[in-house]
Formats: sequence, C-alpha cells, structure tokens
Amino acid sequence: MMERVENGSKPGVRMAEKPEGYEGTGFFATSLEKVVGMARKNSIWPLPFATSCCGIEFMATMGAHYDLARFGSERLSFSPRQADLLMVMGTIAKKMGPVLRQVYEQMAEPRWVLSVGACASSGGIFDTYSVLQGIDRIIPVDVYVPGCPPRPEQIIDGIIKIQHLVETESLRRRDSQEYKAMLNKFGIE
Amino acid sequence: MEFSAEDKVINTLKEKYEGDVLHIESPYNFLTITLKKERIVEIIKYLYSHPETGFKYLTSIGGVHYPELNQIAVVYQLHNLIANLRVRLKIYLPVENPVTETITSIFAGANWMERETYDFYGVNFIGHPNLKRILNVDDMIIFPMRKEYPLEDQTREDKNDSMFGR
Amino acid sequence: MDMDESLIGQAPPEEKQYSYLNLGPTHPATHGIFQNVLKMDGEIIVEAEPTIGYIHRAFEKLAERRPYAQITPLTDRLNYCSAPINNIGWHMTVEKLLGTEIPKRVQYLRVIIMELARITDHLICNAVIGVDTGALTGFVYLFQQRELVYEIYEEICGARLTTNIGRIGGFERDFSPKAWAKIHQFLKEFPVILKEFENLLKRNRIFMDRTIGVGGISDERALNYSFSGPNLRAAGVDYDVRVAAPYSSYEDFDFIIPIGSNGDVYDRFMVRQEEMWQSLRIIKQAIDKLPDGPFHAKVPEFYLPPKEEVYNNMEALIYHFKIVMGETDIPKGEVYHCVEGGNGELGFYLISDGGRTPFRLQFRRPCFIYYQAYPEMIKGSMLSDAILTMSSMNVIAGELDA
Repeated sequence: MMERVENGSKPGVRMAEKPEGYEGTGFFATSLEKVVGMARKNSIWPLPFATSCCGIEFMATMGAHYDLARFGSERLSFSPRQADLLMVMGTIAKKMGPVLRQVYEQMAEPRWVLSVGACASSGGIFDTYSVLQGIDRIIPVDVYVPGCPPRPEQIIDGIIKIQHLVETESLRRRDSQEYKAMLNKFGIE
Repeated sequence: MEFSAEDKVINTLKEKYEGDVLHIESPYNFLTITLKKERIVEIIKYLYSHPETGFKYLTSIGGVHYPELNQIAVVYQLHNLIANLRVRLKIYLPVENPVTETITSIFAGANWMERETYDFYGVNFIGHPNLKRILNVDDMIIFPMRKEYPLEDQTREDKNDSMFGR
Repeated sequence: MDMDESLIGQAPPEEKQYSYLNLGPTHPATHGIFQNVLKMDGEIIVEAEPTIGYIHRAFEKLAERRPYAQITPLTDRLNYCSAPINNIGWHMTVEKLLGTEIPKRVQYLRVIIMELARITDHLICNAVIGVDTGALTGFVYLFQQRELVYEIYEEICGARLTTNIGRIGGFERDFSPKAWAKIHQFLKEFPVILKEFENLLKRNRIFMDRTIGVGGISDERALNYSFSGPNLRAAGVDYDVRVAAPYSSYEDFDFIIPIGSNGDVYDRFMVRQEEMWQSLRIIKQAIDKLPDGPFHAKVPEFYLPPKEEVYNNMEALIYHFKIVMGETDIPKGEVYHCVEGGNGELGFYLISDGGRTPFRLQFRRPCFIYYQAYPEMIKGSMLSDAILTMSSMNVIAGELDA
C-alpha cells in the first residue's frame, strides 16, 4: 500500500519548501536573499581539512551509510579557492596553524568554518605545549561540533546548522563593518 | 655446560669490551647492559657483525632523563631476528653536555630515531647527516621532554587555575 | 673560423634546471598531514625531503602525567584506524609489569578484537590504494564493511573509532549475545564483499600496470631501515611479532604469514589482502575454541571491584578507593612489550619508578620508523607513483608524529 505525499509528487521524495513570494501564471516573485540562500544552502562545497581521527569519521560520513552527498556536498574541493565550507577535523598543532590560516585566507567570500571534534574546537584532551588550543584562536568559526570523535550523525547535525546559517545570512553581511571588525580581531584583512 | 643465549651474548661482548660493561641485568627476561659511552658505536658494530650475536635489526632508540642523577640515558634496543634474541644497551650522558656518536652508518633507520632523541632531549649525535628538529617547531629553544619543562603551554591566559585544583 | 666539427647539429650544453614541488601538508592525496618537498626533473623525482610534526601532540610527555589506566585513551589516538590493537598492547605492557596472569578466555577475546581491528586497518589502506589509482568504487564498498565492525565495537565498549576497549586485566563485561550476533553476521557478510573487491583489482590490467614495479625496496634495505609489518613482509622477510614472540595465545592458532617478493605497491596490496583472509581464519578459530572462564584477571591495583561488593564488602571498598585515588602500589622496573599492529611492531617501553604515573613511556611507532625510507623509495619515479607509494605504505599521521 503506497502512501501519496501531499503535493502529488512521488512517494518517499520530499520537495523543499518554497520561500514566501508572489505567484502567478509562469512567474514567481520573491526576494533575492531567499533564493540565493536556498541555492547556497543546498550546494555547499566543503573543503575537508582532515588531520587526525576525526578525519576517519568524516570518511565514514562521506561513505554510503551516512551519506553527506545528499545534502548537496557531493563535490569535495581540496582547493580553497573553490570551496565554501572549511571543515577542520582533527588536532591542529602549532606547527600547522600558519598552514590553516593560509588556507582560510585563500578562500573566497562567502565562506563558513565548521570545527569538528574536541581538538579543533578547544584543543581536546591534548593540553600540551605543541597543540593549538582551539582553532578559534586563529580563524573565526561558525559552528562547533563537539565529540572525540563525533559520530557521523553529529557531523551531519553540524552541517545542517551551517545550512541554516547559510540560508538566513544577509547578502550584505560580508561587506558590513561588523564583519570587517571581526576579521580584524583575528588579524585577517 | 650449555650456555643460554643471553650468556653467549654477554661472553661475546666481554671477550673484547670487558672494560666498557658497567652493569648487566635482565628485568622481565630482557637482557639489559649498561655501557660506557665512549665506544658505543664500535660495540654496536661488533654486535652487528659477530656471528654469535648478529643483532642486525634496530628496534628503537630512546632517551630517558634522570634528574636525580643529572644524566640523560640513551637506550638502544637491538634484535636478532634469526635467533629471536633482544638486547637493550644503555649509555648515560651528562645532562650539561649530552654528546655521543651516531650509528647511522650501521643502521639507516637510526636517522630519524636520533633526530627524535635530539628534539626531545638535546642529545647531540656527532656525525649525523641531518641533525635538526623533527617533531617540534623548528624555532623551539628548549628540549621539551626533559623533566624540568612543563607539559602545558605556559602562555595561555584563559585557564582558571583555581578551578583545576592547582 | 675554427669550429669543433662534432658540435655541429647539437644543442649547446646547459645546466640542468630542477623545479621544486611542494607536496604540502594539506593535499588531497596524502592521507595525513606531512610535507614533502620534491626536487623534480620534469616529471621524474630526483630528491625528496619530508617534513613531519604537523600533528605532534606530545603523547610521551602527556603519558608521564597520567595514571596507567588513563593512558589507554592516548594510545587510541596513535594508529587510530586500528585503535583496539594499541589499547590491548598497552594493557599487556602494564600486565607484564605487574606480572598478572591473564585467563584464557580473556586472551581469546582479545585476539578476536585485535584481528577485527587489523581487518579494519587493512581495509582502509587497500581502499585508499584503490582510490589513488582511480578506483573509487572499492572505497565505498569497503567503508560500508567498516560500519559493521564499528557496530561490533559499539556493542562491546560503546565507542566507534577511539575505542578505549577493555581494562588492564581483561574486559569490563563479557560480550553480550547481541555482540556475538553481530560478529557472526560480519563473518557471514564480509568475505563476500572482500572477494568482490579483490576481483575488481587483483588481476585488473590497469591496476597491475600502475602498481607492479613501483616504489619497491629490497629486503636488506628494508631491514636496515627497521621496517616491520606488511611493508617488511612485502619485501620478503617473514617477521611477524605474533609468531616470533607470541602474546595473548597466538600460538594456539593456525595461520600463515603472507610474504611478497619485490616490496612494491602490488606486493603490499596483496600482502594486506591475504592478511585480511588470515585474520578471518583466526577469528573463526578463536570463536570455535573459546573457553569458558572469567572475563577479567585478578588485578587489584587496577580493576574496580563490582559495585555490589563495594557497598557491602570492606576490602572491595578499600580497593575501590585506592584505585580511584591512584594510591595503588606499582612495582618499579623497566619493561618492553610489542604487539603486531596494523603497520608493524608497535612497542611500548615503560619505565616505572613506583609512582602512579610512568617515569618514562616511549612508543615505538612503526610508521615513524619506516617513513624515513620514503625518499629512497621514490627516487627516480614519477609523481603519481610517489603518491601511490605513500598511500601503500599506510602512513597514519597520528602514529607518525605522536
């Protein structure tokens, strides 16, 4: 016995919700922000900056069981110039800090940062002289995913929160004074 | 009288280098010989090529810092794969000037192991092709594994010591 | 005009120009963060200079600060693809120091867990060799099988990847019926998928052309560089710690050690494949011959007594207090214990001075030791071969830097 979904489409397939707008025959008018937000959120191209154990859980997230590609992140980009989301997974040592900073600076706006795991968020269990105690000392972070390592469901939860941030972001945010001031706090031009 | 494998090693070593042997013991069935540091490279080469011992596999090189003795020990663990015999050679170096010779001419694998010992303890291996830091940042001036240096990064201000019971 | 006749028609001699390529710490093809600066003559590599330490987390210094039972989570993060082997290796080191006798059942259960971990480690390595030659399908299939093993670990200890499995002396509880059901399910499903994966690549013309003769090393050089594990066995030396110095009842099991002949990428791939089949064989034997008995040894220094006894029995209460506060008596001594990890001989050199934390703990990490041979192995090969050599050596950054 097959269940039919409300709007008459195929059973089991859910369509995304339409943003509010004014509709007529052959046209649909809404605000640019909503359309751009919807397009951006469903096609985030992540840059997996996997350093240690959390990287293996990320590989499991990309695998067939907890497929990350269904959220639009089918194409992993290893080049920062073509990526939207920097996923920092794993411990960042002080030796690696400048490399991370350089990768972040090479990304084009709009860019988001997801810090996966306890080590990237705060140094984790490694309170030592050689580990950077959290990547938010050198780059601004949008969403933190705690765990050691976090389960793939938690990583997907983090991606969904990023998607929410992407959808609701104002188009002028990256040019605003507050954003520039925040970047200056980190020393990024 | 049948000599045990360990006795054979000790006798072969004492045949030529009796004066360098300081102490022999076997904790947990692992032959451990403490030697004088002057001729360690010759001794290892002798143990490598002598048919009675044949220690042709280097398991590890490590350093140990003994603050009460003011000495840094360098521990070489060798393995004879054919006779399945292991030996541990320890030499003690003064902490003010820990200098010894490299064994990269005998074992190519000692290259990075000695660099790691230098990085952590400051032991200077004379004759090493590339003795610079391997794991820590290049501009570090201290040798972090020595006991007097702390584990945590001392420059952070955001940890509240009163909450950690310190 | 006087001119040397032999020079006519030839290009003027010029200095050879080399270019430097930075195979930097972040690179899609290097699985882990380590840097190689390659001096290239066109596409051929002339020299390589590796730099490591980008994930140095100071394990050995941390271990001097932590009581013995708290070091197990640290060992997880050494070779994080096969964390149970590291955990159990550490537990065995402490048990050797204390001189405890481990019951047979515990030893067999440990063997099952360690062989499962070895299978997962080799799965990642072989899947990644496939990916680096362009075969992405194998990766997706094999990672699905890793999920099955993760579920087994979850039943036993609660965690997927960094397991912190077992205790010093055994396990905290016996394997539940659900765990056994999952193990049997794995033993039924996994061989089918492994066979499929093997058929994709084993006699595949493209794969063989890419991997045979690439990144080889001779057995004398491998021994001189202190290689161990599958890399050494692919070069032709049959040194396996499970056979040379059997621990945890490995002498009761019947398995072969596969060895290769050239030490090239194809040999390493096939050695790991065959080791996975042998691991399955060992697991089946261990399940068939599993004896009954306690699931932990009597280790009053570390083993928390069961809660009912703590609330009713004075002795158990005192032990509980002493263990949690770390006031137990540890003998002084130095001990070295090694296990056959996924990458080779993983050794723990422990010096104890009687205190609650080790005086010195050195991890003998196989990855760190054999990676030094990498510049020699890729000299004269092309860039894509260098990438393939690196992934076939199974370099795990956690074990490289510690």
